[in-house]
Amino acid sequence: MNYRQAKTGKLMIDILPDKCDFCGCCVGVCPEDAIELKEAEIFIIDERCTNCSKCIWSCPIEVIKFNKKGVLSK
Amino acid sequence: MKPEYDIVIVGAGPAGSIAARFAAEGGASVLMLEKDRDVGYPVRCGEAISKAGVSEFIAPDEKWISAHINKFALISPDGTEAVIEFSDAGYVLERRIFDYELAKTAAKAGAEILTRAYVNGLLFEDGKVSGVKYEYRGEQKELKAKIVIGADGVESRIGRWAGLKTYVDFREMECCVQVTASNINVKDDTLYFYFGENVAPGGYFWIFPKVNGAANIGLGVSGMVGKKKSALSFLNNFMENNFPNSPILTSIAGGVPSTITLDKISAPGIMLVGDAARQVNPLSGGGIASGMIGGSIAGKIAAEAITNNSLDHILTYDKAWHERLGKRHELFEKIKNGIYNFSDDKFNKIAHSFNKIPYEKRSLGKLFTTALFNQPSLLVDVAKIFII
Ligand SMILES: Cc1cc2nc3c(=O)[nH]c(=O)nc-3n(C[C@H](O)[C@H](O)[C@H](O)COP(=O)(O)OP(=O)(O)OC[C@H]3O[C@@H](n4cnc5c(N)ncnc54)[C@H](O)[C@@H]3O)c2cc1C
Ligand code: SF4
Ligand code: SF4
Repeated sequence: MNYRQAKTGKLMIDILPDKCDFCGCCVGVCPEDAIELKEAEIFIIDERCTNCSKCIWSCPIEVIKFNKKGVLSK
Repeated sequence: MKPEYDIVIVGAGPAGSIAARFAAEGGASVLMLEKDRDVGYPVRCGEAISKAGVSEFIAPDEKWISAHINKFALISPDGTEAVIEFSDAGYVLERRIFDYELAKTAAKAGAEILTRAYVNGLLFEDGKVSGVKYEYRGEQKELKAKIVIGADGVESRIGRWAGLKTYVDFREMECCVQVTASNINVKDDTLYFYFGENVAPGGYFWIFPKVNGAANIGLGVSGMVGKKKSALSFLNNFMENNFPNSPILTSIAGGVPSTITLDKISAPGIMLVGDAARQVNPLSGGGIASGMIGGSIAGKIAAEAITNNSLDHILTYDKAWHERLGKRHELFEKIKNGIYNFSDDKFNKIAHSFNKIPYEKRSLGKLFTTALFNQPSLLVDVAKIFII
């Protein structure tokens, strides 16, 4: 199995794009500029993410989840 | 479109549009890029604004006014309502139309606008920002500009790419959800603010009326609260308890950077305005009026820099903003940290003492004084406003 690689090991931050409202709140708190957000598209820039979880706590509608096992590559 | 512009503005919210207008009026060539298909949509906003906040920039027009406000109702955790009356205080807007009209005033002044243009990088020359990279209908493009103005809202990535520290401490981000619901039985001239642990700990819950019995209903909580319970679950609780059968017309999420302005909002070739500069009033979370003020100052200074051929002039923007509003926001931030951390008990006490003041003598000032007597250390901060 192939895991996505963050800056600090396995990527454990999982954004569920189907649930996202594309509001930018998570982007505004990310210290690493590790979230890409277009009009209706969102994804983590793996190599910048430190798994700090600040985006999870700031998402008003619970779209980002912490995945302890690591996020699998597609 | 021209091959190059004096000023490129990223983001067509209120701050971007006003910056574009002032820059174009000042004689610069201006292009404003917006990633979304429409200017003004989606609306991520409670849409409340004071009359003064609007009138400085655009003549009030019924086509974008959804409700006329002359009362505030502050509801403490035990349900006590403290009502304050103002004459002609402000509006609940129809921002979908308002933002559009603002952009049109920029266009009338000569600014060009391009939607569906997603800016994804900056150009640099001799260490200075010298333009933008952007994606337009699937094609990657570049555009040179003497000055780039980041008006890209809560995300504020443009500034980061220019080396400014723009991200907000998650504890200072108000993480919001809001629904616009129909059949809401509230007075259409009153803004309702609810406080308390159960509705919006460390923030507030709002009901802002709109035309024909609709209302914006929402709340913001800090990321610190969101760690334990999301804004969405607070909203769901409130709706189930109060308006279980009201049809929901729109629901949105959003972030309000409820903090003081960034340390630096300009650098060679770049300026930041509105939410991107963190110019929101940290006490109320309102950012439409202050964003337009930031935009006007930046647009004017940018045009002066172009016409006088002295690009370093843009660095005077930080001070100009600080004098106009930045300084005041620092005080509001302190008051916010005092007030929003009150216990439920304290909120109740304030509402009870406030309601003892005769109705016609109540004012926002009196409310603050009442609140202050419950937290004397805040008096020192407020005293400072008269000294600074
Ligand atoms: C739920 C909620 C309720 C609020 N209620 C109120 C209220 O009642 N009263 C009030 O005064 N304020 C309120 N605010 C705050 C107010 O909405 C903002 O302060 C205001 O919209 C800021 O204006 P702006 O122009 O800085 O940014 P925005 O209005 O956010 O505009 C930024 C624009 O930039 C665009 N953009 C971003 N990145 C890019 C890119 N890379 N390329 C191209 N375009 C880009 C975005 O699509 C957007 O259109 C509320 C905010 C929220 C979230
Ligand atoms: S976990 Fe931290 S670094 Fe990674 S995307 Fe979220 S906020 Fe950014
Ligand atoms: S904060 Fe949540 S809803 Fe908003 S863009 Fe990020 S993941 Fe999407």
